[in-house]
Amino acid sequence: MLAYIVRRLLYAIPILIGVNLITFALFFVVNSPDDMARMQLGVKRVTPEAIEKWKVERGYDLPLFWNGAAAGLGKATQTIFYGKSVRMFAFDFGRADDGRDIGREIVTRMGPSLAVAVPVFVLGLFATVSFALLLVYFRASYLDTAGVVLCVAMMSISGLFYIIGGQWLVSKVWHLVPISGYAEGLTSARFLILPVIIGVVGGIGSSTRWYRTIFLEEIGKDYVRTARAKGLSERLVLFRHVLKNAMIPILTGVVVVIPTLFMGSLLIESFFGIPGLGSYTIDAINAQDFAVVRSMVFIGSLLYIVGLLLTDISYTLVDPRIRFQ
Amino acid sequence: MMPVILWSDALFFLLIAVTLGGAGWARRHEHLRASWAMVWASRRARAAAAVLAVFFAIGFVDSLHYRPQLPVEAGKPPAYSVEVLSALDALLTPLRTHTEKTYSAPLATHSFAKETQEAGGRDFPPLKYPGTHLFGTDKVGQDVLYLTLKSIRTGLLIGTLTTLIMLPAAVLLGIVAGYVGGWVDDVIQYLYTTLNSIPGVLLIAAAVLMMQVVIDTHPDWFATAAERADARLLALCAILGITSWTGLCRLLRGETLKLREMEYVQAARAFGVGPLAIMLRHILPNLMHIVLIALVMDFSGLVLAEAVLSYVGIGVDPNTISFGTMINAARLELAREPMVWWSLAAAFVFMFALVLAANLFADAVRDAFDPRAA
Amino acid sequence: MSALLDVRDLSVAIGGRRVVEGVSFGLAAGETFALLGESGCGKSLTALALMRLLPPVARIERGNVEFDGRELFALPESKMRSLRGGGMAMIFQEPATSLNPVMTIGEQIDEVIRLRDGKEGRAVELLEAVGIPDAERRAGEFPFQLSGGMKQRAMIAMALAGEPRLLIADEPTTALDVTIQAQVLDLLKDLQRRRGMALLLITHDLGVAARMADRVGVMHAGQLVEVSDTKQFFRGPAHPYSRRLFASLPENLAKPPEVGGEAKEFLAVQDLTVHFPIRRGLLRRTVGQVRAVDGVSLKVSRGRTLAIVGESGCGKTTAGKAILQLITPTAGRVSLDGRDLDELAPRDVQMVFQDPFGSLNPRLRIGQIIAEGMTAQGIEGDIGALLEQVGLDADMASRYPHEFSGGQRQRIAIARALAVDPRLLICDEPTSALDVSVQAQIIALLRDLQARRGLAYLFITHNISVVDYLAHDVAVMYLGRIVEQGNVDEVLRGAKHPYTQALLAAVPRIDGTSGECLLVPGDPPSPARPPSGCHFHPRCPRVMDRCRAGYPGAVTLSATHRLHCHLYT
Ligand SMILES: Nc1ncnc2c1ncn2[C@@H]1O[C@H](COP(=O)(O)OP(=O)(O)OP(=O)(O)O)[C@@H](O)[C@H]1O
Ligand code: SF4
Ligand SMILES: [Mg+2]
Repeated sequence: MLAYIVRRLLYAIPILIGVNLITFALFFVVNSPDDMARMQLGVKRVTPEAIEKWKVERGYDLPLFWNGAAAGLGKATQTIFYGKSVRMFAFDFGRADDGRDIGREIVTRMGPSLAVAVPVFVLGLFATVSFALLLVYFRASYLDTAGVVLCVAMMSISGLFYIIGGQWLVSKVWHLVPISGYAEGLTSARFLILPVIIGVVGGIGSSTRWYRTIFLEEIGKDYVRTARAKGLSERLVLFRHVLKNAMIPILTGVVVVIPTLFMGSLLIESFFGIPGLGSYTIDAINAQDFAVVRSMVFIGSLLYIVGLLLTDISYTLVDPRIRFQ
Repeated sequence: MMPVILWSDALFFLLIAVTLGGAGWARRHEHLRASWAMVWASRRARAAAAVLAVFFAIGFVDSLHYRPQLPVEAGKPPAYSVEVLSALDALLTPLRTHTEKTYSAPLATHSFAKETQEAGGRDFPPLKYPGTHLFGTDKVGQDVLYLTLKSIRTGLLIGTLTTLIMLPAAVLLGIVAGYVGGWVDDVIQYLYTTLNSIPGVLLIAAAVLMMQVVIDTHPDWFATAAERADARLLALCAILGITSWTGLCRLLRGETLKLREMEYVQAARAFGVGPLAIMLRHILPNLMHIVLIALVMDFSGLVLAEAVLSYVGIGVDPNTISFGTMINAARLELAREPMVWWSLAAAFVFMFALVLAANLFADAVRDAFDPRAA
Repeated sequence: MSALLDVRDLSVAIGGRRVVEGVSFGLAAGETFALLGESGCGKSLTALALMRLLPPVARIERGNVEFDGRELFALPESKMRSLRGGGMAMIFQEPATSLNPVMTIGEQIDEVIRLRDGKEGRAVELLEAVGIPDAERRAGEFPFQLSGGMKQRAMIAMALAGEPRLLIADEPTTALDVTIQAQVLDLLKDLQRRRGMALLLITHDLGVAARMADRVGVMHAGQLVEVSDTKQFFRGPAHPYSRRLFASLPENLAKPPEVGGEAKEFLAVQDLTVHFPIRRGLLRRTVGQVRAVDGVSLKVSRGRTLAIVGESGCGKTTAGKAILQLITPTAGRVSLDGRDLDELAPRDVQMVFQDPFGSLNPRLRIGQIIAEGMTAQGIEGDIGALLEQVGLDADMASRYPHEFSGGQRQRIAIARALAVDPRLLICDEPTSALDVSVQAQIIALLRDLQARRGLAYLFITHNISVVDYLAHDVAVMYLGRIVEQGNVDEVLRGAKHPYTQALLAAVPRIDGTSGECLLVPGDPPSPARPPSGCHFHPRCPRVMDRCRAGYPGAVTLSATHRLHCHLYT
């Protein structure tokens, strides 16, 4: 068991290195720093001096992999690769274009991101699993059919529509909550209600359908027939037997996203003006702040890998076949 | 008139040709015919297919591009406009050319914004083409219906080409990983786990930003603005493809692992049939239903993704007409009083129709082709 | 005798098709009624209808069922539910899938007890009652930690928890090995006698019915064609269908003709060994070996059949595949006519597989399937003639596998193997997925082909009764090794090894003679951890001290008859 987890951990290292290499290649090999500078400073009429200055400010003036001019260890460390990629493993992300420390920014922005993402995740999971169980309980009835059609319709609606429509209806027409903004502490609830509801509603369609399929697949299995033959009520069959087995496939999809909740939601945060990591990312993309985008890629991958690890561990908790292996 | 075939046009035509060819092939193969008959038996699927067919027809007409000839000056070789038009533009000429100054509500007779009149005072000026704009006009006075119809092609291309571009890689790597096993399997698994672990949006963002740098630093590669926008569209498809092939690849690998142990594969091995022939004859045909299901299931998600990505600024070229760029442009005007709602509404309604039809059709296909869905 | 269960004119339909038609029978308390029939005849649906557990697609068309004086189809669902736990219980064919994989055995039993009287903790008692050793520990384990036989015992314990008056057992032993089957049947009979339960036993096996039932009902195509007293039925079945069933029993078929001339050695397998590594720990180091095949030596002569018999997991399939080089053997030599076979020699040896549904690629036409081997080997052949040779029509070549029944598919698989004109055919349980009547046809076909083409067969099976009809020589395998081999008469009628004797005794026979058979206790051990000394010693009724010390050497009883047992050294 422990050996298993350690092995998974070790497996994560080459993956992180791979991610790092891919991003490095994407940012520095496909384009030269000169290209980036020219793009940032406006393609026309940039002087070589301006480009040089831009590069020096960001440490892009160094050679890519090997600094022949430097002495000793500096041959390897005074390079873009070391400064921009290797240092990330020590969570040293450097500075954004506006001069702020990216690492500090990430830490302060995690709170607001979680304040939206966690309720959306928890409530969403609860709502969709309940809804799916309801449909399965009434399976092959009109209620079920109507529910499935509703799900398909809901998942055919663009996420942007939920946000724009919700803001318009709840904030502009009904004036129930502020249209956007964020505050620290308890007062934030006023600002968070709408984004959370929209986050939950936006995810209902596809998740419910997915869970329903999983439940139906389980219900067709032999052990469910056994449970019925024992004289258990449909409710007990569903909750005690089916739900427990269905948790195994559900976990694969669910646990892996838990760590990435830190990353926040791009759309919701930017529409509602929540100062989380999602809106940070969007702003960075719009401002073409390569350093921030690169850092977010690294963090996102790291969190995803943690998610994979958690998935493996949670398997061993719910599936005895793996636990006792 | 000079016909222009953009890369995306060529791929779109190829897609249609493959679909038609596939239909012919399916007619001659009983199991396929039976499955399609099952799809066809569903009224919902038939309705969805009809809607999709209309969308595809519009997309097809919009893919027949040309450059109109400029008025000929005597003694000079004929010159062509740098503007690339499509057959759809030609069909919709009145819609395309009847532009107003700025916003106007659906079927309005007067402009949306007051203007200083020549006679003095401020009032709503009458429109040039009153009552003809079914969905109103946008900020620069373009007809919204025209924009919506033009958006369809972009949505279709993103929805289909993305999967198509990644398909060969996903199928090849998935089958090889599953069948060959060993270190080859390890390498392929490592590859897709790594790619998969980069958050999709960020990978797309990074790649699109970098690609934009490439496009911007090489303006000489493209003869017209349309070509440049087309390059960005295709690059977007490719990037989306790279981020989404991992799922299909893993699925195919898992299925290949199962098929490899099937007794008919063992029987073939006992005859001394080589690995390549086994993969082509015994594995691939038994995986095609998964590929087909992935193709139709991914479509709607991709159409929706285009809107989000364009909103974030990492979607299609801002000059390409698409649902995403329409929404993005209209969103800012929601704060106006009274609200400018029509271009948003038009984009959402058309997108909803397309995605809903695609989803319903995909469901029917999955039910008919997935042996597990009973 | 007042009936506990009275079924009258029961009809069940799926879609528009009647699958159970006008079935009527009665069952008294303490009585065993066997419902006999081939696959698809509607026996399981009948049982499920009694429990009102039919799958959603099936519908009860008419008829009524009276249980203990109550009209079942008129009861509200809640009443029916309490009856299911208490009045009537059911066990199923596949113990592997019929238990909830993520709940412990104890929990699953307690669930039933709680429904009845709220008391817990009787689970261990029940597990002991069904003969599970170390019940305390087993109650806390999950199904996957139990062997197949133990799972079925746990199922029975679960059914008994509600103290039912009627137990419905749907093919309770079909998925089990003969020695385990004998144990479970014994257990059922014993429990029934002690508790005075009625038992509705559903089976396709005439032997099982003969051994267990007081009365027998034969089902065919949804109808109950004959109901009679067991003794009378086995003395002389009345209905033509029942007679046909009897006629297709392997023991009622003629024995294979002896091949003339001296037996020329053809395939020689020497010390064939296949070990699968078990990897564990951080670095996936090999920490052990599954000794699936552990030093097997065999000889097959031209035109003869050697049967390898053994229980599930003893390594039969692995041995067959290793001979064909589909699995690379860890050690050992395989030679054909004196030539080594470490390179694939696809023309001379071919294989026919067990599962008629998995062995044909559903995407290819029959013609393409058969032509595959010929193309690969670059030979010409007449597909139509091949199809006719296996009893099919030549024009079937253009059809797809899904249009054929299990027996027809197996014929196609045989035609495919014959296409490259092999001299040895390895048949891995080619009939175990088939009904007896179809099995008889396939065996007849194999025999006919042998006579015409001089084929040699290596026939892998767990079903001893077909051996007598098909094989000239027999090798009995236990845990990766051959424990006894010889010609058919020597092994089947003069068995010397205790395991062979137990195996033979465990086969239920239609004359009911195996009533007081020699029961070997326990399950076969895992090939990853074979017991010391003689592998059979933990289960052997005649075990001696030295059996635990060392593996017995080969004992030669005649030119052909050899075995490994300390009793004879
Ligand atoms: N690829 C493998 N890796 C590890 N162990 C294996 C593998 N294949 C088979 N085994 C193990 O080897 C042993 C022999 O398996 P095999 O399939 O040969 O048995 P069998 O006699 O054919 O059984 P059955 O009657 O169930 O078909 C079993 O314990 C099985 O679990
Ligand atoms: S050697 Fe001993 S344990 Fe093994 S079969 Fe013979 S008597 Fe039984
Ligand atoms: Mg086997």
